[in-house]
Order: sequence, then C-alpha cells, then structure tokens
Amino acid sequence: MNGHALSLAGVDLTALPSGGLWWAAERLLCVSDLHLGKSERLARRGGALLPPYETAATLDRLDALIDGLKPRTLVCLGDSFDDRAAAEALDEAHRMRIARMQAGRRWIWIEGNHDPGPVDLGGAHRDELRLGPLTFRHIAAPAADGEISGHYHPKCGLARSGQVRPAFLVDTARIILPAFGAYTGGLRATDPVLQDLMIDPALAVLTGPRAVPLPMPRPDSAPARAGNPRPPIRHGRFG
Amino acid sequence: MADLPTPITDWFAARSWAPHPHQLDMLTRSGDPALLLIAPTGGGKTLAGFLPSLVELADGTHEGLHTLYVSPLKALAADIKRNLTGPVQEMGLPIRIEDRTGDTSVTRKKRQRADPPHILLTTPESLALLTSYEDAPRMFAGLSRVIVDEIHALTESKRGDQLFLALSRLEAMAPGLRRVGLSATVEDPTAIAALLARHPDPCPILTADPGPEPDISMLVTEERPPWAGGGAKHAIPAVLDLVRRHKTTLIFHNTRAQAEIFFHNLWLANDEDLPIGIHHGSLAREQRERVEAAMVRGELRAIVCTGSLDLGIDWGDVDLVIQIGAPKNVKRLIQRIGRANHRYNAPSKAILVPANRFEIVECVAALDAAREHDLDGDPRGRGPRDVLCQHVLIRASAGPFAADDLYREIKTAGAYTDLTRAEFDACLDFCATGGYALRAYDKWQKLVERDGLWQLRDPRAAQRIRMNIGTIQDTDTLKVRMRGSHRQLGEVEENFAATLTPGETFLIGGQVVRYEGLREMIVEVSRRADKQPKIATFMGTKFATSTQLSQRILRMFRQQDWPELPAHTADWLRMQREMSKLPEADRILSETFERDGRHYLCTYGFAGRNAQQTLGLLLTQRMEETGLAPLGFVSTDYATLIWGLEPVTDPAPLFAPDALREDFERWLKGNAVMKRTFRAVATIAGLIERNLPQSARKTGRQATFSSDILYDTLSKYDPDHLLLQLTREEALRGLVDFGRIEEMLERTAGRIDHLAVAGMTPLSAPLFLEPGVVPVKATGAQRLLEEEAEAMMAEAGLDTL
Repeated sequence: MNGHALSLAGVDLTALPSGGLWWAAERLLCVSDLHLGKSERLARRGGALLPPYETAATLDRLDALIDGLKPRTLVCLGDSFDDRAAAEALDEAHRMRIARMQAGRRWIWIEGNHDPGPVDLGGAHRDELRLGPLTFRHIAAPAADGEISGHYHPKCGLARSGQVRPAFLVDTARIILPAFGAYTGGLRATDPVLQDLMIDPALAVLTGPRAVPLPMPRPDSAPARAGNPRPPIRHGRFG
Repeated sequence: MADLPTPITDWFAARSWAPHPHQLDMLTRSGDPALLLIAPTGGGKTLAGFLPSLVELADGTHEGLHTLYVSPLKALAADIKRNLTGPVQEMGLPIRIEDRTGDTSVTRKKRQRADPPHILLTTPESLALLTSYEDAPRMFAGLSRVIVDEIHALTESKRGDQLFLALSRLEAMAPGLRRVGLSATVEDPTAIAALLARHPDPCPILTADPGPEPDISMLVTEERPPWAGGGAKHAIPAVLDLVRRHKTTLIFHNTRAQAEIFFHNLWLANDEDLPIGIHHGSLAREQRERVEAAMVRGELRAIVCTGSLDLGIDWGDVDLVIQIGAPKNVKRLIQRIGRANHRYNAPSKAILVPANRFEIVECVAALDAAREHDLDGDPRGRGPRDVLCQHVLIRASAGPFAADDLYREIKTAGAYTDLTRAEFDACLDFCATGGYALRAYDKWQKLVERDGLWQLRDPRAAQRIRMNIGTIQDTDTLKVRMRGSHRQLGEVEENFAATLTPGETFLIGGQVVRYEGLREMIVEVSRRADKQPKIATFMGTKFATSTQLSQRILRMFRQQDWPELPAHTADWLRMQREMSKLPEADRILSETFERDGRHYLCTYGFAGRNAQQTLGLLLTQRMEETGLAPLGFVSTDYATLIWGLEPVTDPAPLFAPDALREDFERWLKGNAVMKRTFRAVATIAGLIERNLPQSARKTGRQATFSSDILYDTLSKYDPDHLLLQLTREEALRGLVDFGRIEEMLERTAGRIDHLAVAGMTPLSAPLFLEPGVVPVKATGAQRLLEEEAEAMMAEAGLDTL
C-alpha cells in the first residue's frame, strides 16, 4: 500500500500515502480533520462561494480507503465537520454515503475544536479514545505518550524538490496526522508550535503517491544578533 | 490662438512659446466624443490632453468634477499633478487639481468624494473603487472629460479592460462624457481607438510630428559576451564609461533579477562613486520614491531600472537610454528609447547592450526593425470575462441594478461589444451563486434579485469586494525587512524564500543581505556584504520575443556571412553551421547528443519563450509515455533543451501535429501553467480573495489553502465551470501560447531535420546555462523526492530505524 511502517508504544502502524493511519492488528483506520461542509460554512459567513465539492471529494477518498482496507474500526480524529451547522446542513446524499460507510464497522467521532458535541449521524462520539497503549485525541497534549492526534494540519516541504505536502509528524511519543479533508490548509513543520511539540529523533512522513519519510526539518534557529556592524552607506547609493 | 482664453495666451506669450499644432488640433476637436492622440515622448502630449479642460474651466463656473485623468502609474499621477499645478497657478486659473491613488490618505479620499476637485488624477484601480461607492453618481454627475494617458500600455493588459468597463459606468452617470486617449507610437492605433471610444462612436486619430529619427546603436565590447545569461557583466566598464560621458542615463533591464545583478556589479566597479540608483517593481515604495526624488533633483547620473520606468514620469534631463539584454519586442524598444531626451526635436540616443552571444543577433535584428519602423504587436483578443465578473461585483457594491441595463452598458465597451447575453448571464450567475452545476448556495447567494434588481444579499460584502478590486496579479511574495528595523527593503517570491536557509545571502535593492529567518511572513535579513549572493528571483514578466523579431533572426541565418555582426558572433554562427546547421524558418531543427550520462534533445522552434515552454511540456509528456524517461527541460525564445535517461532516435513522431494537439488537450487539464492561470482568473473574478478584512482573517493556519486544490476539485466535479473555461482561453493566448506552436507547425509542415551530433553545439550551449529549468513531475519527480529524502535519512542516521 506504499505506506511507511511506524512503531508507537510498541504498536505497529502504517502511515498511508493518503494521510490515513492504519493499525493492521486492530484493523483500525484513523483519519483526521475532514472539515466536511467547509465551503458551506464559508459561504454562510459571507466569504467566497468556493466550489461546493469538498465534502464529495473528501468522502470519495475516504470511501476508496475503506473499500481497500475494510477496517473494523474507523476513528475520525476531530474537526470532522467545519462546524455544527455545517454538519447539520450536510445534504441527504452525503448522509446516506456516511451511513453506508459506517455499516458493519465501529465508527468513532472524536470531538474537535470545530465540532464539539455529538452529531446526528451514526457512530459513537468521544472526546478521546484509549485503545491498548494508544490514546486518540484531537489536539496533542504536550506530556502525552503513545498519542495520536490531528488538529495542526502539518505539512512539510523539501527544498531541492521544491514540493510541499501534507505530512505525518512522528516521534517516539506521538504521531500527528495530516488533514484528510480536501479544503484544508496546513501548518509548516518548521512552525515553532510543531518544533516544540516534536522531540528528536522526529520524522516527517510526506503524503503523496507514496509515503516518504524524512527527518523532521529543524531550521538553524541560532538567532543572529541584532546590531550587526553596519557598513556605512556608500555615497550615491540609492534604492 | 484665437480660441484660447487670455490667461492662457498670455502665459504662452510670456514664455515666447507657441502651442504645438497637435495641441491646437486637440482643442479644435475637443467636442468630439472620443479622440486618440499619437505623439512621441516629449511631444507635449499631456498639455495637449489638458488644454481643452483648462479652456473650459477658465471662467470658474464649473461646479465639481470636470476632468478625470487616468494613468497606469501612481507616480505618473503625482508627477502630472506637479507639472499641471505649476502652469495653472501661473496662469491664475481657478482650477483645483488633486490626485487620488492607493497612496492617498483615507481622510483625503473621503473629502474628495464629498467635494471633488475640478481635475482628478488617478489610476484604473482607484477609479474602479470610486465607481463602487453608493455616492458615485453624485461625484461623477458633472464629469465632462476623461483623459487616458499612456493608453497603449493600458490596452496591453486587463487593467485597460477594467478601465474601459469603468468608463462605461461613468458614461451612464455622466452622459455625453468625452474621452481622450494619449498614446506613444504603436503599430495599430485603430485598435486602441476602438477600445477607447464608446461603441459605436467614432474615434478620430490625431498624429503629432514624430520628431527626428532616434540615434540607436549596439555596444560592441572588446571582451566577448558570454554564451548565456543576462548579467552583461562584460559590459560593465563600457557602461560606466557611457554614464560618465552623459548627463543622465537610464539603464533598462528586462527582468528585476537582472537589474539587481547588474546594479551590484556596477557598484563593485564604480570607483568614482558616480551616484547611481536602482528602481524596480519589487522594491519598497519608499525606496522607489527616494530614487525618483533624487532623479527629479538631478542628483543621479544613472538609474538601473526595469519596466517600472517604461512609462511617464518626465525626468527631463535623460540624454541616454541603455538597454541591457535584447529587446524582446521592437515596439517596447522604441518606447524605451523615447525616454531619452524629453525635449522635442532632439534625437533620442540609445545603446543596446547584448548580454550574451545570441542576443547580439537579436539586437542587430531589432536595430534593423527599429530603423525600418517595423513595429510588432499581437492583436488583442475579446474582453476577458474574469474582469467582467469583477465589474459586476463592483456594480453591485454601488447599489441595486437591472441586468438588462448593465448588459447594455457593458456592450458599449470596445472589448465587450460582441459579448453575448448568455456569456453575460453566466458571469452574473457566477457572481451571484458561484455558478456551480451543484446549486449549493441558494441560501447564501452573494447577489440576489429582488423586484427585478440585483443586489448584495449582505451589504457588508461590499467592503470585501472593494478590498479586492484590481487586476494586477501579485505573485506570492514576502516582504523583506532588516532585522530589528521597520524599514522594508522590498519583496521576494515565496518560492525563493523557501529555498533560503539562515546564513545564506541574496541581493535586494542593490545590497547583499543575509537571510536570518522568517517571522510572521516577513523575511528578516541583516547586512552582510562578504559573500557571493544568491540572486533573488522575481517573477516579473518574461516577454517572449515577438514573432516578427524571430522571423528577422531566421532570415539573418540564411545569409552566407554576417559582416554586420562582431567577428566573434559571426564565428559562432559559422561554427554552428559546420558542426550542425543553422535553424531555418520552414524546418524544425532537432539535435541529439549525449553528455554526462544524460541524453539531450535540442529543438529549435523559434516560437518564443512561452510556446517553447509549452512545447517542452508536450514533448516530455510524450517521451515519458514512450519510456524515454525525461528528467527535465529548459526553454528560451528560440529553443527547448530536453534531457532524459534514454536517447531519442527519431524525433519526427514527437512533432506529429495531430498527436501534439491531442496531447495538448489532455495535458492542458493537469498542468502547472493552467493552475497558475486559474489562480489569476479566480482572483480577478472574486473567487479567491487576496485581502480580507481584519475580522475575517485567521491566524495563518487553515486560513489559506492552495488554489491548486480548487482547480483540481473543479476539474473533477464541475469541468464545465465558467472559471475553467476562462482559464483555458487565457492560458491558450498567454502563458501556454499554443497559437505560436501552431504557427511553427504550419511553417515547417513536417520538415524535421534530425542531427545526431557528438556533443553540445554552439547554439545549444547557452541553454545549458539558462535558469528556469522545469523538472518533469512524472515518475521522475517522485523518484528524485525519494532519493533526496533517503539521503537525508541516511545522513541523520535514521535510515536503519
């Protein structure tokens, strides 16, 4: 499946190229930050009328993943809906679609900051989920161990190839999942928040045609002192 | 001078001046609904435009706005204000003149709307903004004349389309409005006249005496120009010498990056400390203003500049124009030459400095064309509909409107006379509902129709619309600032910033700076002059060499010998003829060779940079499919060089026209050029908002996601969407330039010469040094990415985990 094999708290996991996390022993698939109904929410709030297809696009991808892996459990790691109203405004076809995907498996909605409280779709609703040595929650807790979270939409770039992709961030204590939703921006792995959360040796696993691991980028953070000697401006230098 | 009021006649008489004949012609014809004046720089164009206004305003009876002057440059509006206010005061005329641009203060702008001056000087964007206010009808009620300066420059871009749409609005608010266009020498004045006039009004063209022939030559240096590159470093001593021997020199460059490098090198060699400045569009406004002010005060001996100084501002004492790098287009060359010597009746002096060997050939061809007055230009297409969408939103911001009225109004704008009702309705629908096949926004429409009038569902949306007015496309740039200071130096492309690591140095505003880090989307730098700089890459516009110039070059290649070329260049062409052959207009020359384990294919199509680029994309796609594993390519105006892992043994099938066309259709859907074009179109049409009010802004994360995702989603779920249609149309004539590939296929008609050569040939050598390599993002890209990641893992000792 072109994934990258990981181990967290003694559990063997696979970072999938699509951005999902697969726990083969449990047949558990975890995806994060679907942000369903995002375009509807933006329009409601007077923003741009974006192509209203992101829910279909996200569900198409999830459907394909479920179809291939046949998970016994599916964990949506929070921010599954862009807000409560967006969840309620989900059209009938999409509700049916979710119901079909839920059939025959355990489905857990973890609560996110965008979608607190239960939604009237099938599946169980939890603020977090503990399973064996692992904890699934939306936002990483700094002191956690064996934690799987989302929220930050991490992405990571490679300078020479000039490509930036959504990425998993992995260290010995936690995995942060990339956003699975279609219309989701991202936070660079070089952002201080992520830099502080992840302890070396940390990896970034890029999504794409194949999951590609690389060391988590650690930009040279030595701050240059203010007050570098300033050469005098030469006469006549304008601009 | 019988027609002139006494204060004006006296003013001329006191200076022993007489108006130019074309200035008086403009006065005589001032009642015409539209007039276009073609005059060379320095021909008193501006006065010719304003004279009728001064006459009409001389008796002090006109209330409110009388004349609106629109120029493409803010700086020009400010300059004209200075140059017009002086004489008006000396004449003692009761005329109030003000400018209004993006730089005008908020309070002043408010006052201007309540109490407009007689003459308002502005830009197309500021005018569009003015028409978006509910009180616009009151402000423009008495407007009598509109003067569009440098109209030739405006009509080359969407800024012109936006302006002419705004004029159609003004016409509705001030019926009988007269329009005047002021233009430099152009190849097709009637086309500009048709855009200026209210359709179907006539627009007579007045032509001023073009003045004496310019004195143009090419710089031939002792030192041979390099094979490639745009630095022209070899010419630095000669250029410094020219600067020394002239009063004021403008040194034009084709790109901002080249201007930066040249300025840097000029400084290193400037032992006499001649005061020299730099001016280009990526520099901070304050920086540019300092240079402009120093220039006006006559303190500078030279300015290294780009198209940012192509237009307008009257520097007065410029006595030499130097063009570094081949002019890609003869018309632009002539206009740049006109910047020297703003005095009428004195010949302009200009020197072309080829930056590399091939450019010598181009410069000689351009000189011939300039001497023969053989101007080039591409016909303008139909009015772009992304601008139309923005116009609809602007109209809605000003208040409710009837669709029929707006449609009628728009059809009076020259570029939109053949707009069909269905096309208009599609634009209106896009603005109102997003125009999607899936009607998802019935509850949240942006525009709603009530009692037959379209209006904003939420009037607060007007603020967001106003914040996003304009058609100038910023690339994704980041501001550059000195660490520990608020002084902004300029901007660099986001992609360039991403390649920087702390400690690396680059050039901006003529100084070498050290990259310290990125803070809140601002590139922080410190001063550091001790390292060889990376060069900041600026998008800028890369013009393709015009068809007409390319043809001239190909004609030169047919000569037996080239006495008009410097010996080294003639030798170079002769060498190419011996080792391979010189490209011909009616054949495609393809050379193949091997070098450093890569197989190369060099194809000379002379189709211009954009078309050669497209050709590269198409050929590599075909090669990928046939297992030739292309890795990348690079294009210039005359050739495309492709490299891969397998040799091309027979290039002919690659060029089969039907297959190329078919590939093109397929390729068009998924390529980066389309995505880039989509981004521009979607931004202008209002789908992507560049600026958001403070309240709607989020802190970085999740707020933005790439427009590529919108493009991919639309292509998949709504392939017939209006914006995809517009993107396609746009890409075809702009960046993709398939038209010139068609033209190339037609003139060569399957005559393909394939030469397997031993190695790099004289003509292909420059391509090896050409920046702007396009990696082929197929299986190769993923492989490269994986290799890079693997190497990093190994280096970090993580590969065994």
